[in-house]
Amino acid sequence: MSAQHTDLLIVGAGPAGMAAAVTARRHGLTVRVLDDQPAPGGQIWRAVEAVATTPRLTRLGEAYRAGVERAAAFRACGALYEAQSQLWQMEPGFRAFLTRQGKASSVTAGAVILATGAQERPVPFPGWTLPGVLTVGAAQILLKTADSVPDRPVWIAGCGPLPLLYMTQLLAAGGKIAGFLDTTPRGRLGAALRHLPQAMGRAGDLFKGLSWSLALRWAGFPIVRHVAELRAEGAGRLEQLVYRTQDGRETRVPAEVLLVHEGVVPSIHAPLALGCHVRWDARQHCQVPVLDGWGETSQANVFVAGDGAGIGGAEAAEPRGRLAALRIAARLGRLREDVAEAAAGTERAALSRALALRPFLDALYAPRPEVFAPADETLVCRCEEVTAGELRARAAQGRPGPNQLKAFTRAGMGPCQGRQCGYTMAHIVAAVQQRPVGDVGFYRIRPPLKPVTLGELASLEAQEPAA
Amino acid sequence: MSVEVYDVAVVGGGLHGLSAALHLARAGRRVAVIERRWTGRHASGATAAGVRTLNRDIAEVPISLEAMAMWHRIAEIVGDDCGFQAHGQINVAERDEHLPTLIKREAKMRALGYDHEELVDARELRRLVPALSPHCVGALVARRDGAADPHRTVLAFRRACEAAGVVIAERCGVEALDRQGQDWLLACEARRFRAPVVVNAAGAWAGRLAALFGDHIALGVRASMMIVTERLAPLLEPVVSVVGRALSFKQAGQGTLVIGGGLQGAADLDRERSTVNFAELAKGARAASDLFPAVRGVRIARCWTGIEAQTRDRLPVIGASPSAPGLFHAFGFSGHGFQLVPVVGAILSDLVVEGGTRREIAAFAPQRLMQQRAAA
Amino acid sequence: MFRKLHDPGAAAVTVHIDGRPVRAEAGESVAALLLRQPEGWSRTTPISASPRAPYCMMGVCFECLVEINGQGSVQACLTPVQDGMSVVRQQGCRSVSA
Repeated sequence: MSAQHTDLLIVGAGPAGMAAAVTARRHGLTVRVLDDQPAPGGQIWRAVEAVATTPRLTRLGEAYRAGVERAAAFRACGALYEAQSQLWQMEPGFRAFLTRQGKASSVTAGAVILATGAQERPVPFPGWTLPGVLTVGAAQILLKTADSVPDRPVWIAGCGPLPLLYMTQLLAAGGKIAGFLDTTPRGRLGAALRHLPQAMGRAGDLFKGLSWSLALRWAGFPIVRHVAELRAEGAGRLEQLVYRTQDGRETRVPAEVLLVHEGVVPSIHAPLALGCHVRWDARQHCQVPVLDGWGETSQANVFVAGDGAGIGGAEAAEPRGRLAALRIAARLGRLREDVAEAAAGTERAALSRALALRPFLDALYAPRPEVFAPADETLVCRCEEVTAGELRARAAQGRPGPNQLKAFTRAGMGPCQGRQCGYTMAHIVAAVQQRPVGDVGFYRIRPPLKPVTLGELASLEAQEPAA
Repeated sequence: MSVEVYDVAVVGGGLHGLSAALHLARAGRRVAVIERRWTGRHASGATAAGVRTLNRDIAEVPISLEAMAMWHRIAEIVGDDCGFQAHGQINVAERDEHLPTLIKREAKMRALGYDHEELVDARELRRLVPALSPHCVGALVARRDGAADPHRTVLAFRRACEAAGVVIAERCGVEALDRQGQDWLLACEARRFRAPVVVNAAGAWAGRLAALFGDHIALGVRASMMIVTERLAPLLEPVVSVVGRALSFKQAGQGTLVIGGGLQGAADLDRERSTVNFAELAKGARAASDLFPAVRGVRIARCWTGIEAQTRDRLPVIGASPSAPGLFHAFGFSGHGFQLVPVVGAILSDLVVEGGTRREIAAFAPQRLMQQRAAA
Repeated sequence: MFRKLHDPGAAAVTVHIDGRPVRAEAGESVAALLLRQPEGWSRTTPISASPRAPYCMMGVCFECLVEINGQGSVQACLTPVQDGMSVVRQQGCRSVSA
């Protein structure tokens, strides 16, 4: 394998990326894997190699422990693994630009699998930028990577499997919970139950979820149902939390740390930057790339695997990664088409088993309407400090889309490149202009995907004088 | 289907189209701006918004100076100052061998009777731009030049247009053309427009529109790349360019550095898209960090390209069509049209309303780019 | 805001935050360390000088930007601590000087 070129470039070393790398290597492809993090595992198995050598492994649960052998198989597969690498641009053909340890470089590949996973859905409310407000995912990462828990009893607000899992892990680690503000709206369970027959295929997972809920109920902290609105207050940091339930009752409590979670959404910046078509997924309330049965996008030889393809969790991510790798191996002539098809059958069966519970979860934990309609005073764009009120006022003048509003207000122009405000912007435009949110579209993603320095970019001139 | 009837149909909702529409409406004409996407979608929204007389082609100097006077009272014209700041434009010589270019230019301008470009030595240069690398030896300066905010400018021209009664039809691309008596009939998706006068301000796509009218004008395309950085504390006030390198470097009001200079990405006119070429853009980053060593560690927030028309001689096309009655062209600004926006609108108003203009526009005649076809 | 559940022992390193030495554990991120400091905040914004702290811990929110060993606007959540590292909380717009 040349230092510069590989058959396959995989972006992301989570479940999908690792599975794809192992499969592609098995069929003799040269593989390079880039990842932001210092160790393989993605978000689900963050720091799993380091934790594996400590007693903490047990209290993080069975699903986390499964990552140990996956990381080991990945390490042994012979892929060129470049940790702590930030991919900041991909040009057709493919040339990827990245920065590693403060040095920029570019590499080439014949095919690309984007296994960049998901991020937590941004949940804007007044005060969500105050120190002391974090996501539940952030707190779980702190537990996994730094064995850290909130100092004092913590407030947790939101819905979905992750808060339940984190609260279970936190209690096992000796942490304290001040209260759980369950934001699942009234009547959701009924809507979700129609998907129960399909979900019964995953009875084990359902049971696990129920057992978490029961254990949490016995743990003795308050659980408040049907919380609709949140407000964080404090001088320079979170001091008080105000929540309103669907019946209109407002409660104010002292708080030092508030963790919030309303589900996860695919990371779509890289596919969008490559010009891949995306579509609105009404069930998961997010954009997802348009993919064929192998995970290939509208751009030839660009594949998306893992939660980036639509939220499915680690168990769905692995078969998706293997499917993409099989297709690429066949296309490069390393695997007979019929053999690839046969192997794909197994993977697709595994994928559909893994996804069986999804419609139930998506219906039960669909984000409450307030997530997409924050109060006027709420900062929608955390970076450029643009409020919902300003966006609403501008959206009402003419019929501007997200890109025009970005130009006029600077929302989405900060370092996060719209990763925290994109969906809120789309929903505000949709609501003001009475258009379906799926028709509003998303920001045009401008390179670089990560904020490379001028000096790093300048260093590329000496390396490769432009033709 | 009903037909919307106007005195003038301006095709293209970029700044030049809006400026023409504004001047024409104020001269009493009923005007529609027909824009395929939305106002300021391409070059006008992607420009570095330099307001520069410095180093202009001699043919452009008279109208550029008039435009500069208009920029200094832009709020009276469009109701907003467009973020215009007159901190000067500076063309820097890095080494002694670059000085003769600047000395010759200054002498030529003085000989022609212009005094807006001034040669300064290393000391004055350091006073004007303390952040500049000390290796630079001198510069040519236009002190009344500066830069504006492109989005504010688009918004201001648009609002002024609407206040003057201009109808702005967005998401409305011209698909077909017909002649109906003395009028042109423009078919745009669901709408029909009729007007005796059409202004072609269609930017990169202006050559295609001209061809619909039978004017075959040789036109190239530019996709100039830009870099914008994170916000920084105040670093410099003037806009800085440099002899012999593709660099334009300034700090916008909100603190971001805006780095351009004409490095080219790739344009795709059919898909209305352009792409950044980072191997090429690296030259701009190198030039920026050579001239301002302190910015090496500054982070790039985003890069983009804007699509624009470019002519053989880098001069715009401004004037009446030699063949199609009632058609007027205003395009081909070749990467330096922003500053000319207020005056070109006034010129078009002259041409449409008076049938001619006292301003010097002979060098911009469309005919100069049509000769091959005419001879054939 | 957060506390560590075990003592780093042999894995302990020293990091300087705004010049003050602080004990950390090899392998954890600078952001995790910042969240254990009494100040709570780790930067102030360029626009309104509001205090901010790490929010997502996975590299997508860019709230944890700090200066590390002289390089500004580094994502603390993606940077493992190292012995002798210097971390400076950024206040407002970064200032670069000639």
